[in-house]
Amino acid sequence: MRSIVLKNLKGRPVRTAVLVMIAAFLSFAVFGGTLVTASLGRGIDSLEERLGADVMAVPKEATQKKRFEDIILQGSTGYFYMDIAKLDEISQLEGVGQISAQLYLASTSSSCCSIPVQIIGFDPETDFTVTPWIKRSCGNELGQRDIVVGNDLNAFVGDKLSFYGVECRVAAKLDKTGTSYDTTVFTNTATIKELIRSSLERGMNDFSDIDPDRVVSCLLIDAADGYTPEEIMNDINLHVKRVKAYQSKSMITGIASSLSGVSGMIRTLIGAVWLLGIVIMLLAFTMSVNERKKEFAVLRITGASRKMLSGLVMKEALAVGAAGGVAGCLLGMLVLIPFGDLIEQKLSLPYLFPGWGYVLVCFACTLAVSVISGVASSAVSSLRMSRIDTGIIMRGDS
Amino acid sequence: MNVTAENVTKEYIRPGRGTNRFAAVNGVSLTLEGGSLCAVMGRSGSGKTTLLNILSGLLSPTSGKVFLDGRDIYSLDDKTLSRLRCESFGVVPQGQSAVRTLTVEENILLPFMLYKEKGGREYALELMKRLGIAELASVKPSELSGGELRRMSIARAVIRRPGVIFADEPTGDLDDENTALVFDFLKQLAGEGSAVMVVSHENDALKYADRVMKMSAGNFEIMKGA
Ligand SMILES: Nc1ncnc2c1ncn2[C@@H]1O[C@H](COP(=O)(O)OP(=O)(O)OP(=O)(O)O)[C@@H](O)[C@H]1O
Ligand SMILES: [Mg+2]
Repeated sequence: MRSIVLKNLKGRPVRTAVLVMIAAFLSFAVFGGTLVTASLGRGIDSLEERLGADVMAVPKEATQKKRFEDIILQGSTGYFYMDIAKLDEISQLEGVGQISAQLYLASTSSSCCSIPVQIIGFDPETDFTVTPWIKRSCGNELGQRDIVVGNDLNAFVGDKLSFYGVECRVAAKLDKTGTSYDTTVFTNTATIKELIRSSLERGMNDFSDIDPDRVVSCLLIDAADGYTPEEIMNDINLHVKRVKAYQSKSMITGIASSLSGVSGMIRTLIGAVWLLGIVIMLLAFTMSVNERKKEFAVLRITGASRKMLSGLVMKEALAVGAAGGVAGCLLGMLVLIPFGDLIEQKLSLPYLFPGWGYVLVCFACTLAVSVISGVASSAVSSLRMSRIDTGIIMRGDS
Repeated sequence: MNVTAENVTKEYIRPGRGTNRFAAVNGVSLTLEGGSLCAVMGRSGSGKTTLLNILSGLLSPTSGKVFLDGRDIYSLDDKTLSRLRCESFGVVPQGQSAVRTLTVEENILLPFMLYKEKGGREYALELMKRLGIAELASVKPSELSGGELRRMSIARAVIRRPGVIFADEPTGDLDDENTALVFDFLKQLAGEGSAVMVVSHENDALKYADRVMKMSAGNFEIMKGA
């Protein structure tokens, strides 16, 4: 029986190729769509984890033209400052738990990077967002002129990079996050102050009259027990002048909603492609079974049972589904995995490869979907076929 | 082996006729005995093919029974009946009956391939030689002439040395020489103990047949033999 199946497939190369291609297309859509959706989902999870704080407060100027959100979410560069007094003012507010200040700077250009990079200086004394994550890549505390680089930057541990004439040492490289942090450089406050000072001396800072010791760029705030981030955000926006507070969650909500838009679109697309594939395969199998009525009758005359006949058709469909499934998944891997960065850019959403384990599961499920679709679309015609009386088929065109 | 039909009838619905239903085969009783060749003649549409299909287990009759050595074949389940058809019945259908993705040899060996059985290769070669298609063994059916296909289908029907052979106009597209060859062959198989039933319009058939029957409008009468 198996050899009959294979010979049937080989003996009708065009039909077989078309069916395999349909199955491959279907599998590509299912596999690729699922992988993209998963990557987006992991990207946003990763972003949420990196943001860390409940509330972020920045100078009001930074919120015009959405600069702040662009830095955090899209990976553009920029910097802005407010008086360090705001830190004290906000930490006095009711319900503020942990609070830590960050300083921002952007490099003009550097040997590591074809594009300017965002530099974020955090305060190791009070920081509760970046440190736990950096600790995973770098065991030690950061010393003066030590930097930690994002995964996408072309620099490695031990490399020296200079910013505004200050030579820094790469102490660690972070894991891929799929967010704008992949192109960010982290330092401690002392180092970034040195960098800012140097940029001021060289006249390369947009702000000419700031004192690095007297300013901060961004305040990261966690709500104390019993207070909601929303209360704190409202409190700051109401009572602290020229400062704008955001809830981290609401920043993500924007992304999450465009993400669910994209994911929804992908799902609809998968559904449509799948339905189309099934319909085409259904037609193809019905047509091919009709065309082969007489051959089935011959098999029947020579002693095949009804079950063997429907088995024959279904095994053909199974082989087609499996071949198409494997081809579609391989194609999906070939297209999606190397071009992950491009997809991230095009979607401008956080996008993080979900790992080989997930890909493997995805592969297996897609293969199953492809095989089941193939067998299901052949089932109708094969069953109907095997139910007809052979005597009647044989008379068909004799 | 003996095949016995008991009062078999096959009715079809045909719109436009008076009664709507008509019998393609009408209450036929007969026995095909091992060792004898039985020729069935009759006008086109008289029910010959229908009768042959019923006797060979391919078409269940509207009423009546068919026995193979006393076993009611239509009481068997599909799997058992299929296996029985494979082993005990050889059918040469009317018209072409090639599986076009298989070679001539594979077509002939189909009754073995279906049940994943080896065997039959030597006999297949012998049959192809005997029927004059030996050099076509590895050719696909699409390259064969009508007469060659016909002989291929005869070889396939007898490859398992079945106890009963049904041939529906097996010499339809053969020349005189090959017609004689096929009848000689069928006669020989009958001589070896098979029950053979041949539907044929050829006068030659009368020469070879131990018994001759004639169908007309679903009824049949014995012309020669008991
Ligand atoms: N499936 C069917 N549905 C309706 N009528 C049928 C069917 N099969 C056969 N018939 C009718 O039954 C009658 C007998 O058909 P059958 O094929 O047995 O004739 P035949 O004697 O073999 O003819 P021929 O010599 O042309 O092959 C014909 O009138 C045919 O139209
Ligand atoms: Mg006929």
